[in-house]
Amino acid sequence: MSIDMAQFHQVFFEESFEGLDIMESGLLNMDPGTVDPEDINTVFRAAHSIKGGSGTFGFEDIASFTHVMETLLDEMRDGRRSVNTETVDVLLQSVDTLRELLSAARDGGEADEARVNAQKAALERVLNDAPESPADDTEDINGTAAQPVPREEPRTIGWHIVFRPHPHMMQTGNDPLRIIRELASLGESTIEADTHGLPSFQVYEPEQSYLSWDIRLRGEIPRTAVDEIFEWVEDDCDLAVMPILDELPDAHVQQESVNPSEQIRSQPVAESAKNDDSTAKGESPVGSGTNKATGKRKSAAGGSTGSIRVDIGKIDALINMVGELVITQSMLGMLGEDFDMSRVDRLQDGLAQLERHTRELQESVMQIRMLPISFTFSRFPRLVHDLSTKLGKKVELKLTGEHTEVDKTVIEKIGDPLVHLVRNSLDHGLETPEERIAAGKQETGSVELNAFHRGGNIIIEVRDDGRGLDKDRLLKKGIEKGLVAENNGLSDKQIYDLIFAPGFSTAEKVSDVSGRGVGMDVVRKNIMELGGSIEIDSEPGKGSAIIIRLPLTLAILDGQTVAVGDETYIVPLTSIIESIQIRPDMVNLVAGRGETFKLRDEYLPIVRLHDVLKVENARAKELTEGLLVVVEGEGRRCGLFVDDLRGQQQVVIKSLEANYGKVMGISGATILGDGSVALILDIPGLMRQAFDGDPLTSPDWRLSA
Amino acid sequence: MASILAVDDSASMRQMVSFTLKGAGYEVVEAADGVEALNIAKSRSVNLVITDVNMPNMDGITLIKELRGLPNYKFTPLLMLTTESSPEKKQQGKAAGATGWIVKPFNPEQLISTIKRVLG
Repeated sequence: MSIDMAQFHQVFFEESFEGLDIMESGLLNMDPGTVDPEDINTVFRAAHSIKGGSGTFGFEDIASFTHVMETLLDEMRDGRRSVNTETVDVLLQSVDTLRELLSAARDGGEADEARVNAQKAALERVLNDAPESPADDTEDINGTAAQPVPREEPRTIGWHIVFRPHPHMMQTGNDPLRIIRELASLGESTIEADTHGLPSFQVYEPEQSYLSWDIRLRGEIPRTAVDEIFEWVEDDCDLAVMPILDELPDAHVQQESVNPSEQIRSQPVAESAKNDDSTAKGESPVGSGTNKATGKRKSAAGGSTGSIRVDIGKIDALINMVGELVITQSMLGMLGEDFDMSRVDRLQDGLAQLERHTRELQESVMQIRMLPISFTFSRFPRLVHDLSTKLGKKVELKLTGEHTEVDKTVIEKIGDPLVHLVRNSLDHGLETPEERIAAGKQETGSVELNAFHRGGNIIIEVRDDGRGLDKDRLLKKGIEKGLVAENNGLSDKQIYDLIFAPGFSTAEKVSDVSGRGVGMDVVRKNIMELGGSIEIDSEPGKGSAIIIRLPLTLAILDGQTVAVGDETYIVPLTSIIESIQIRPDMVNLVAGRGETFKLRDEYLPIVRLHDVLKVENARAKELTEGLLVVVEGEGRRCGLFVDDLRGQQQVVIKSLEANYGKVMGISGATILGDGSVALILDIPGLMRQAFDGDPLTSPDWRLSA
Repeated sequence: MASILAVDDSASMRQMVSFTLKGAGYEVVEAADGVEALNIAKSRSVNLVITDVNMPNMDGITLIKELRGLPNYKFTPLLMLTTESSPEKKQQGKAAGATGWIVKPFNPEQLISTIKRVLG
């Protein structure tokens, strides 16, 4: 029977990665001194499952690594080893190594062998530290350990077996009959039952065994094959297994002198179980089975597609919706069979219904891509634990809104920026315990990660109650680096925003935790790529907050269609503040700054879309002929000059990058109802392009105060 | 058709065991832990139980002890799936009433041949 083990790999990987998370959070819960035994148990079980699965599915390296972890956890579980920080840390690092091993196995790659071995050695060091290191930790789960297997006599031509079940044997679910039948299948056999043990009928208990057997097996049968059959019952019977030797014509002499109960027991069952039993059957199913599994591993990994777990409720909603859609479709179909104008009302009703169902279906499908942000947040307890130890700071991490759902792409891309921000908070934001006490604060600092919905956006905040941003130092540094002029009159917020400038790092000492100077600008870039924005709020001595705003979904966008010449463009609704018709007296021509217009108390630059996007046949050339769409992006505003506004509609975003190439100022494309293609404007990008250069040094920067 | 109750908290192991046994013509009922398994075993009869040892809620050894105490399971083969080939674990299992054990890792062929040994 051949079964392709590769089909179980994906489930195995999924549950193993979940197991790693369980192990991690369990380990993080273990405070030396007050350890909940259930925590240890949970961690142990997770390790145990990974070990069992990896061995079964052919990942020996993972199995042998996990085995060492499991041994250590087992000692902790049995109370043979106390839980201390060192042990927990080594286990946490091992979880990382295991994650690496699993990822490598899943993706068909190779884990860093040196690192794995080093980590294994670290585990073994901890294990060997214990005076009461258990003897059984040498067990090799691959079953390849050199076990003392009794050598077969070269001249053995069979086995003489005396088998006397104990009375209770059948109550263990073992049946002497089956055992004998199996023995007989090994070779030519002569079996004699010994009925001496049978009691008289009056005292006979039907649930007990009274018989014993004398069995002679002939053939080239390895001892292990015989042992294996008796493996489970060795304590439930008297058993003697003696070789029948080729040159002894009469084995009786030997046999009769033996009292079965004095015979050496067959070797410990575990060993015989592990010693390749397939040889007993004269075929090699084990070998071929394993090879098959390993052979398939690569192909399975290569073809692995990203999968997401979807709440069953969402699927039900979807199925429900499709059902509605089918009903509407058949209704419309019937209507179309003999249609005349008298039925036009019903047609319109049907179409309205179709539209509603399509929209609901679309929303339901979008819901599938939504995952709780806890997928991202879950890595932070560990991160904060490790970092605070390293930095010698006391930190309490608070997570709120973990169930807030965000698009899967956001989950994938927001992780690294958030890690960077949390690191910054710990490294630069929070003070040491001494500094905090001196400042009259609690010794333990707090870092909060919050996620919530607000008005069509997802807000993710990273807050700390540390020292806050040092405005003077930021400003000094900004001037030093030539990012801002002296006496520039920047607002607090604009000074804070300096940390997002490329190459700007405020850490006096570059530590290995953060402050490599490549940080915040990359963070901002990543968030902008997700269509979001980032801002900072800070109060000296009280702490800082970084607020990230992201669109609810990345696949659909609420857009305003605008016309420029023959072209139609989409402006994301979230970036539009208002649209105005301009009067000549509002416009100012400022030297070196191009056209600006005065909107209430502000002067905003004008971006002529037909100029920037090189549209030849724009109808509105004079500012008074068209409309100004006032847009905002990255804290800057400008007026986009367009011919006309069309409707507002939801558009499905198609990647321009994937289908064509990256275009400055354009974030994607969509297909309109009439089949034509419209480009979606990337407002921040457009402004960067229009004002040509670094937003911090461009002249308009200071205008939009 | 003989029926088998497969108990394991790991979905991949359960899937593998179940798939293998179904392929060999057995009817398979699955349970994710001892409590679930015990409820199933009480509500219907099965010809063999194969259970993992380490599980939340109720472990495999307790499950075996509970099952062996039920009149319907007095002679039913109860097998444990274990990675722990240490003699103590097996002794514990035997003392609880286990028929035998299968040491992980195992492959489908080993599983079938072992099952056949007690469910002939």
